[in-house]
Amino acid sequence: MAGDQANRLNNGGLIDRSAALNFRFDGKTFSGFKGDTLASALVANGVKLVGRSFKYHRPRGILTAGSEEPNALVELRSGARREANTKATTAELYEGLEAASQNRWPSLNFDVMSVNQLLAPIFVAGFYYKTFMWPAKFWEAIYEPAIRRAAGLGRAAQVSDPDHYDKAWAHCDVVIAGSGPAGLAAALAAARCGARVILCEEDFVLGGRLLADAGTIDGLHAAEWVARAVAELEAMPDVRIMTRTTLFGVYDGGTYGAIERVNDHLPVPPEHQVRQRLWRIVAKRCVVAAGAIERPIVFAGNDTPGVMMASAMRSYISRYAATPSRRIALFTNNEDGWRTAETAIAAGLQVAAVIDARPDVSPAHRSLASKGGFPVLHGSVSGVDGGKVGVRKISVLLTGGARAEVEADGLAVSGGWNPAVGLTSYHRGRPKWRDDIAAFVPDGAPPGIVAAGAANGAFSLGACLREGFEAGAAAARDAGRSGNTGSTPLANDEAFSLTPLWHVKGKGKAFVDQQHDVTASDIELAQREGFESVEHLKRYTTLGMATDQGKTSNVAGLAIMAAVTGKSIPETGTTIYRPPYVPVAIGAFAGHHRDENFHATRLTPSHHWAAEQGAVFVDTGLWKRAQWYPRAGEKDWLESVTREVKAVRSGVGFCDVSTLGKIDVHGPDAGAFLDRVYINTFSNLAVGKARYGLMLREDGIVYDDGTTSRLAEDHYFLTTTTAKAGLVMQHLEFCRQVLFPELDVQLTSVSDQWAQFSIAGPKTRDLLKEIVDPAEDLSNEGFPFMGAREVNLRGGLTARLFRISFSGEMAFEISVPARYGEATARNLMIAGKAFGVTPYGTEALGVMRIEKGHVAGPELSGTTTAADLGLGKMMSTKKDFIGRVMAGREALVAPNRQVVVGIKPVDKTRRLRSGAHIIPKGETPGPDNDQGYVTSVCFSPVLDQWIGLGLVERGRERIGEIVRAHDPLRGEDYDVELCNSVFYDPDGGRQRG
Amino acid sequence: MRIVCPFCGERELGEFTYLGDAKPQRPAADAGEDAIYDYVYLRDNIAGPMSEHWYHGGGCRAWLKVTRNTLTHEISSVEPAAGAGAAKVGA
Repeated sequence: MAGDQANRLNNGGLIDRSAALNFRFDGKTFSGFKGDTLASALVANGVKLVGRSFKYHRPRGILTAGSEEPNALVELRSGARREANTKATTAELYEGLEAASQNRWPSLNFDVMSVNQLLAPIFVAGFYYKTFMWPAKFWEAIYEPAIRRAAGLGRAAQVSDPDHYDKAWAHCDVVIAGSGPAGLAAALAAARCGARVILCEEDFVLGGRLLADAGTIDGLHAAEWVARAVAELEAMPDVRIMTRTTLFGVYDGGTYGAIERVNDHLPVPPEHQVRQRLWRIVAKRCVVAAGAIERPIVFAGNDTPGVMMASAMRSYISRYAATPSRRIALFTNNEDGWRTAETAIAAGLQVAAVIDARPDVSPAHRSLASKGGFPVLHGSVSGVDGGKVGVRKISVLLTGGARAEVEADGLAVSGGWNPAVGLTSYHRGRPKWRDDIAAFVPDGAPPGIVAAGAANGAFSLGACLREGFEAGAAAARDAGRSGNTGSTPLANDEAFSLTPLWHVKGKGKAFVDQQHDVTASDIELAQREGFESVEHLKRYTTLGMATDQGKTSNVAGLAIMAAVTGKSIPETGTTIYRPPYVPVAIGAFAGHHRDENFHATRLTPSHHWAAEQGAVFVDTGLWKRAQWYPRAGEKDWLESVTREVKAVRSGVGFCDVSTLGKIDVHGPDAGAFLDRVYINTFSNLAVGKARYGLMLREDGIVYDDGTTSRLAEDHYFLTTTTAKAGLVMQHLEFCRQVLFPELDVQLTSVSDQWAQFSIAGPKTRDLLKEIVDPAEDLSNEGFPFMGAREVNLRGGLTARLFRISFSGEMAFEISVPARYGEATARNLMIAGKAFGVTPYGTEALGVMRIEKGHVAGPELSGTTTAADLGLGKMMSTKKDFIGRVMAGREALVAPNRQVVVGIKPVDKTRRLRSGAHIIPKGETPGPDNDQGYVTSVCFSPVLDQWIGLGLVERGRERIGEIVRAHDPLRGEDYDVELCNSVFYDPDGGRQRG
Repeated sequence: MRIVCPFCGERELGEFTYLGDAKPQRPAADAGEDAIYDYVYLRDNIAGPMSEHWYHGGGCRAWLKVTRNTLTHEISSVEPAAGAGAAKVGA
């Protein structure tokens, strides 16, 4: 198949010619080799046109050979694994790879929307804001959808990602970003000192620019030196080398984000393996050896396929043995660009001309030109002819004003290098300008970070090695390691010479940001319209806001802005740098926390038993709770719930209430402590008794409620609501540790230690007698209402028994160690068979609490006071407690507050809905006469009608009044009667019986 | 961000819960409504080092007094609350 690869050199390169790989691009089959990227394989096959641009649908080719690529974005893979905006320049080739170009219809060669080019004069910066101003409602309905169809990049897969993503932590002394000469030297120095080192390399091969720009290090060919350095590092036990891993973010406290593309180089991840892994690396020190990015020079037609960064062209020729062009022109303003001419000649390619913007060219390069038989033109490229078939002819404006033309099928451009200052600027750091290299370099760095090599503006090989080695040794020392670093790797320092050149005026569009189609004239327009600040420039033109974050465009953009405003580049400044350095899939941030694993799931102790019973479960926070237990023949939930309620009220039933928060309070000051956190008093509670308690926030609003029992003189057992279990624990710890440290008391969360069941109904005692040791006295005298104590169960288990009732029936709650929870549920079923025992769920629990007028979550809404809930008398006047003073504020004790009251429809067949607003009869519904709302509703089997609780202005003074329940959400409006909130057994005889 | 818990050692931010300014002291029971109002509601918006309450709920459940620079997230000190741990103040 290699025969297909017409632009492949016969020798050289880091590709495996024995491993041919077939792939498809836009439906056509091609072949490449192992070691290729998608971009290099396309280059080898002579594919120049790879996409259409964002706004104008202009034909675009490959500009770079790395993660800074703005143009060669493809949809990689197909179906559910389709991944939009993937850079062809970093996508590793694999057998069967499928990719499609983006933003074109019907095909890349014939793209209908390229008519946008004809409309180009009106598609200027701020076009959308200016044009589609009104009518406002047209924006969402018409303009935006149309624009989004025309502009844009790849398509999302639209279906759930079938792959897995992982998250992991790593800890080390020194983390190093980049494995070029500086990164490898840093790793060697740090590791030789004995430091624990993590070396992250975004590429799949180590070496950075050494892979393309060879040189001599310590007398060895660069590739040999890299191999030797890597072998030394791999042999050390505390060095971890992570390829395919980009360090993308710097966070507080020496925490770094990295994305490892574990299996992106395979069609499908192997079974049980993840596609990508998100790393959080905690390092004492970080060496940023992320290198530099070669920058373009902006000129008309600079986006023509075949125009490529000079260093990228070298990468394709040297590393991939793929030739982007046969006859190459080079446009440079610096010494480094000439390397491309050297590489091209060495590979047997033709150099058409070198256009050098500098006044002088070195004698060595002059002799190269005469040996290679190509002219050196002093001047600049002012235009490119070619269109979608690629570069054909290059117009040159010579120094002095004359014009020349160069025929070539490729144009390499070098405008100098910009250090990759992202990682060192993520803590709002602003890089500083260095005139000698005409580039921004890090101006210090966040604590613990240092930049080295090209990332620090040191561009020669010798300097990269020296800086990297020094930084690695210093980092290891700072991390407390002090071994022997050995000697610094040595290489020559190549000459550096650059004449800054950012923009060449000419006819035609000159692109600054190729991914977002921002031109030089857009920047000039932004300046004319007053958007001079770089932050305004960015937002007005969208310069640098694409997925490449302007890696090849930002500096050129602000240099052009500096030129038109007459300011210097450092005066113009840079925008703020923000992570991630490369796009990171949201799936990687989510990791395994998706779908049913989005959060933890908590199962009650009787869950598996309840599932066997066919229970319907409801999510309550993290918990799954049995909501009701349907039986054969029941037509809906209401029928099941009604049956459960009737069974409890006439016989006996039980419900798993283990989700309540449970806290053991120990110590001589336990009672005094509870007195301060509850509005009522617990220090006077007798041992063996339980009491309902209510706690406030410090601002006087009700926080939580529950029963607390005194099991011993210095031991209380406190329960919280299910929803607030964790928060109440945190609050009580705050009270204990911060507010009242003088009290001798300790708290222990025992929520997960106890399984707790409510057993309710007139036959409760009959059932309990079957499971409790016969020696225990369960009579009304022996175990009165609100009693609480340990009892022995038949079989020897010790349980806690509380005679408390939420249902209004004769009831107990029984606590057993959690591991006996399921067995207890099964035992209750067996023991209760004779009494028709009925398991009931949270719905029946709720029905019975509403019938009894007990408040719960909907009434403890974070806006209600104790008095609002009808519990004002519980507030002790004999002691201080959390919330006492604020609860006395004027508005919180105002007589017209909305208070809990019972509500029932006048028409007994009518369904009551929670959320309905209470409006006085004869008034027009509106905010002015909204007197409250319905908070909880249920169908009451006892009353045979819908009933509810509500918060209604002066509600308790208005018992018997008929008002309107106004429900605009459901389009309902009906009369209801305000009534006593205790619908069932108001004097409480049943629960005390 | 990482916090060095005096009981557990250096731990990651996700183990902690933030409460806020640790300066305000709960007034005595008879201090009057104004004093309590200030304690409940009045907070300085500090740009710079600030003493804060953090809760190590994912670890030892200690309440901590953390001095953090709100501009840089730099943490200069971490102390346990007076009643953190098993010790009783004054015992």
